[in-house]
Amino acid sequence: MSKETCQSIFFKGVRDAAPFLLVVGPFSVLFGVVATEAGLTIIETVSFSLAVIAGAAQFAALQLMVEDAPTVIALISALAVNLRMAMYSAALTPHLGAAPLWHRALAAYFIVDQSYGLSSLRFEQYPDWSLSQRLAYFWGTVAPICPFWALFTYVGAVIGEELPPWLALDFALPICFLAIIMPMLRTRAHVAAAIVSVFAALIFSFLPYNLGLLVAGLLGMITGAEVERRSDLTQESR
Amino acid sequence: METTTIWTVIILLGLGSYAMRFLFIGIVGDRPLPPWLLRHLRYTAVAILPGLVTPLVVWPEATGGQPDPARLGAALVTVLVGWITKNVLAAIFCGAATLYFLLYLTT
Repeated sequence: MSKETCQSIFFKGVRDAAPFLLVVGPFSVLFGVVATEAGLTIIETVSFSLAVIAGAAQFAALQLMVEDAPTVIALISALAVNLRMAMYSAALTPHLGAAPLWHRALAAYFIVDQSYGLSSLRFEQYPDWSLSQRLAYFWGTVAPICPFWALFTYVGAVIGEELPPWLALDFALPICFLAIIMPMLRTRAHVAAAIVSVFAALIFSFLPYNLGLLVAGLLGMITGAEVERRSDLTQESR
Repeated sequence: METTTIWTVIILLGLGSYAMRFLFIGIVGDRPLPPWLLRHLRYTAVAILPGLVTPLVVWPEATGGQPDPARLGAALVTVLVGWITKNVLAAIFCGAATLYFLLYLTT
């Protein structure tokens, strides 16, 4: 077991996650602005961020509501975008699954791109961390992100007025996601999964309800797993 | 937009999102998962995020879904800087700088 205290590991999580506030902040401000402009009240807008805590899904749902799509379609699409949360949950389970139920139920609410991404990276890096050290790290990554997601949504909703279009804040999300992805590409299997996902997302974009994203995700996962299995086999035969 | 519709979406989307987050960590718990499943789960993030971001880069909504040189250029720089430095903030900074520079040139 690592000798680091839970407190120092918690702050390691805070330090790792804090830079993401630079991208989460503007993004949630943007959601606040866009949502109020679409006709939501401040309370509705902030409730949205508190209930869902997932930018892409919130924007997807909002977009479809603005287009007057059936409520069912808006829900299915946004949940499809959010299906990755189930995958994050599954990926964290081997690391945090031994925690008490109440703790898991609470942590589940705070599974977001950043807490999952950073936690799974560090848990692989420090396999000797105990359960409480892992939980400390997880909550460390949550602390500088999730409260501000709601807070900055509120700021955006209050601003309410149009941000100058030259800011092109629409592109904050793609740039952030791209920047998050690149350090993840540690092995050939990761690169293969990402490349397949990119092309599958384009090829299957004709599918309705964001199903193209699910197809891309599944194909990417299968590719990554298969490349890993084959390179393991090659290593064993040497 | 009707208030009822808005609250229906907020509440059901919130519950649905929570259910997906809770599914494995809450219900499956620490029962060991089969190796083939873990092998697939290792690639969830690198499989989903590129698929999520690619259409946003190629067909940005801000330009009505038309490919846009400024956004494509910014994405390319972000990927290159991220690949070389493995530094998230450096990649974001260079990507944003490229975006504003190209938007300034093209408008």
